[in-house]
Amino acid sequence: MLRTTPFHPRTSSLCLSHAWRRWSGYVVASAYELSHEREYHAIRSAAALFDISPLYKYLVRGRDAARLLDRVTTRDIARSGVGQVLYTPWCNAAGKVLDDGTIARLDAETFRMTCAEPNLRWLEENAIRLDVVIEDVSESTAALALQGPASRAILQQLADTDLSELKYYWLTATRLRGMPVTISRTGYTGDLGFEIWVDVEHALSLWDALIAAGAPYGITPAGMLALDVARIEAGLMLIDVDYVPARKALIASQTSSPFELDLGWTVNLHKQHFVGKPALAAEARRGAQWGFVGIELEWDALEKLYAEVGLAPQLPSAAWRTSVPLYVDGDQIGYATSGGWSPLLKKYIALAHIGSRWAAPGTPVEMEVTVEHRRKRAAGSVVKKPFFNPERKRT
Amino acid sequence: MAASYDAIVIGGGHNGLVCAAYLARAGKRVLVLERREQVGGAAVTEEIFPGFKFSVFSYVVSLLRPEIIRDLDLARHGLHILPLESTLTPLPNGDYLAQWSDHDQTRRELARHSLRDAEAYDEFGRLMHEMARAVKPFLGMPAPDPASLKPGDLLGLAQLGRYFRSLGAEKFHALWKLLTMSAADYLDEWFETEALKATKSASGIIGTLLGPRSPGTAYVLLHHYMGEIDGVFRAWGFAKGGNGSVSAAIAGAARGFGVDIRTGAPVARVLVTNGRTTGVALESGEEVRAKLVVSGADPRRTFLGLVGAEHLPADFLEGIHRFRFRGASGKVNLALGELPNFICLPGAGPHSSTTLRACLRGAISISPSIDYLERAYDDAKYGEVSRRPYLDIIIPSMIDPGMAPPGKHVMSIFVQYAPYHVNGGWTDARREAFGDAVIDTLAAYAPNLKSAILHRQVITPADIERIVGLSEGNIFQGELTLQQMFFLRPVPAWAQYKTPIRGLYQCGSGTHPGGGVMGASGRLAARTILKGRAA
Repeated sequence: MLRTTPFHPRTSSLCLSHAWRRWSGYVVASAYELSHEREYHAIRSAAALFDISPLYKYLVRGRDAARLLDRVTTRDIARSGVGQVLYTPWCNAAGKVLDDGTIARLDAETFRMTCAEPNLRWLEENAIRLDVVIEDVSESTAALALQGPASRAILQQLADTDLSELKYYWLTATRLRGMPVTISRTGYTGDLGFEIWVDVEHALSLWDALIAAGAPYGITPAGMLALDVARIEAGLMLIDVDYVPARKALIASQTSSPFELDLGWTVNLHKQHFVGKPALAAEARRGAQWGFVGIELEWDALEKLYAEVGLAPQLPSAAWRTSVPLYVDGDQIGYATSGGWSPLLKKYIALAHIGSRWAAPGTPVEMEVTVEHRRKRAAGSVVKKPFFNPERKRT
Repeated sequence: MAASYDAIVIGGGHNGLVCAAYLARAGKRVLVLERREQVGGAAVTEEIFPGFKFSVFSYVVSLLRPEIIRDLDLARHGLHILPLESTLTPLPNGDYLAQWSDHDQTRRELARHSLRDAEAYDEFGRLMHEMARAVKPFLGMPAPDPASLKPGDLLGLAQLGRYFRSLGAEKFHALWKLLTMSAADYLDEWFETEALKATKSASGIIGTLLGPRSPGTAYVLLHHYMGEIDGVFRAWGFAKGGNGSVSAAIAGAARGFGVDIRTGAPVARVLVTNGRTTGVALESGEEVRAKLVVSGADPRRTFLGLVGAEHLPADFLEGIHRFRFRGASGKVNLALGELPNFICLPGAGPHSSTTLRACLRGAISISPSIDYLERAYDDAKYGEVSRRPYLDIIIPSMIDPGMAPPGKHVMSIFVQYAPYHVNGGWTDARREAFGDAVIDTLAAYAPNLKSAILHRQVITPADIERIVGLSEGNIFQGELTLQQMFFLRPVPAWAQYKTPIRGLYQCGSGTHPGGGVMGASGRLAARTILKGRAA
């Protein structure tokens, strides 16, 4: 049975478009309004409210909790501070990414792990002989993301703690209108933003409180279509779209290592042992075969292709998520996996896998575009990610 | 008959028809001789109670080869395979376990029983998918004999060898386990939910006189996943109009290629002169000549019945005697005035929610635990019908409403174990007692069942043998167990459709790969015949 999230009584009455999509067996809004455009702009100009309850959430507790998480992820969990949140991938023994998510240290011996895929069994398999208890709290914990420049001002009206003290990728356990919540300064938009974690029993009160406090600031419930545009601008990859998790890959070439996903910065080879370390150490010595990069198309080149058939450039308003070939000198050297028009940057951007030797920013590439049913190649180049990285995200 | 034929196919079962169609497609003049008044063998649809149509024997399309669907253009000849998407396992405590085609829905349902199993399910599925990919090429090629030095065998082995090496160690090791373990042990390595293990293991025991704890039963689990690979062709499903429509479509294709099909024409003997066949003699006394005779009958009937021991080498005969049948299953077909009301799905009537209704459009499996299945087997091991049998149920009228009058239903119940060699032999009284045990078993889960029954047909392995001609009522023309599969099916050194009689071939399920409504044996036999300088 397809489930609805704890916020469904609110989101369903707002969803004028009747456009829903599936996320881990739940239905969530693609867009509430008939077009996702206003929802997107709320992320960048006011505050957008996302229902992110379908994420998998695990509480990992016990004397060996940090050891377990260090054993399975690539980052140095033991050295994280209480209240810190780490973004990390985790790999199989071959050093290929299984999933990615966040690990929040709630106290010295308690962590909350968020993931895109179920990971309970895998955590338990790695927890043998460790003093640790893993609890699947996916269904008992509801979550909202409030993202955008006004997000802090809105939350501050409700929260007991001073949120200006809350640093990027840290969290605080506090009360919102008396409800116990944790607020993390995290998100999937690359903007100033927060994620709020709450027991399901308080879900609707939380939603109502945020909407009421946010109304003067232009709080806007937003769906997955708006989020997709924002996360591409932020250069953030999406599982099943930008990479195939190793558990689902049918052939080895479908898998990716953290290095191949531009996540080398998350791999701490100085840690003792962790799953995939030998393979990753070897890869680090050898150098990754693939890079995961930003691509920006040249407007003039696009315009010219369309002008040839007597059209103005026709650009996708929503992000696409198909595999699109990239070429250098007529040879395919990679493929973009998601992309679209950035309404903010006024640029046609994409996230792409590309052979390492072409991965340096500035490398000229061509990307396939279909113009009036015919496949063409538009000139562009490799650019640094993220495409959009506002100061307010961190300050 | 004035017409002259290049080839005669004995038996109009689906493999015989497939073989005939392929031979005719290659330009041969082919005659199919069927004993019964209708073609199809065990794949027939009959209106045994006015207005109610039954796939009397085989009841689902299982792994019908996509290449046959394409080559014979079966869709154009009326084949329409409808999805069979869920499996419901009602439990004695009033709960249930359901598996759906939707991944998230299944995961959540499994999580209700075990969070670990819910996650293991995906990994298990992926591994089995890979194993199925590894084994699937076997279904499309004659099984090469590792003990043979013939160029064809060596080439085939070399190909397989390269293929297995390319699998990598992990998959090869898993494959080895699948080939040697029992279904129960194999599933124990993955799951803890009894109903899940039992329901999955059931596919490993169907048609054999083995229990889920018998070694070698794990392999057959793979067949389900092979069906998944052919997903777009719906190689696993329900044929609109029942399984008779599969046979009708193949027969239509065969006729389109010029095949003559005679029904009501039982063959008495294969004519053999100097170690070579010259045709067949019908029970009517009529003789039909052809240089090529292909038998779709099972190995025992073919060689001990139609050919005769005097024409065969002793070691070959020995092999045929050793080939095991041991029919283990029966069927109960019901005409129902109303849908069964399962305790675990209260109110699953025609107007209830779509979710509940969906369960009745899929398979319903009475397999609450491995112990339950193994106890059912224990009865059979000592020559008794299972007191509490394993049941695999579908309600065809929920999938194809044309199978029953409006608002009424037909139910197909596959039952195991009903051993052919039952103590005291099969009698009418025993048959009815067997039927009663099945109804009692099911009624414990769906109490309105008894009052809903308008008509019942009970089929024992002895009935299957008598009506369809399958020896000992074995639905696969011989047990699908490892010691008689691949290059050992039916007899070592004679596993590639040829026989010691020149010009005589086999094309039935008793040859590699055998089993289910696949048609692979028929196709491979035709290919072998056409490749050789036969006839």
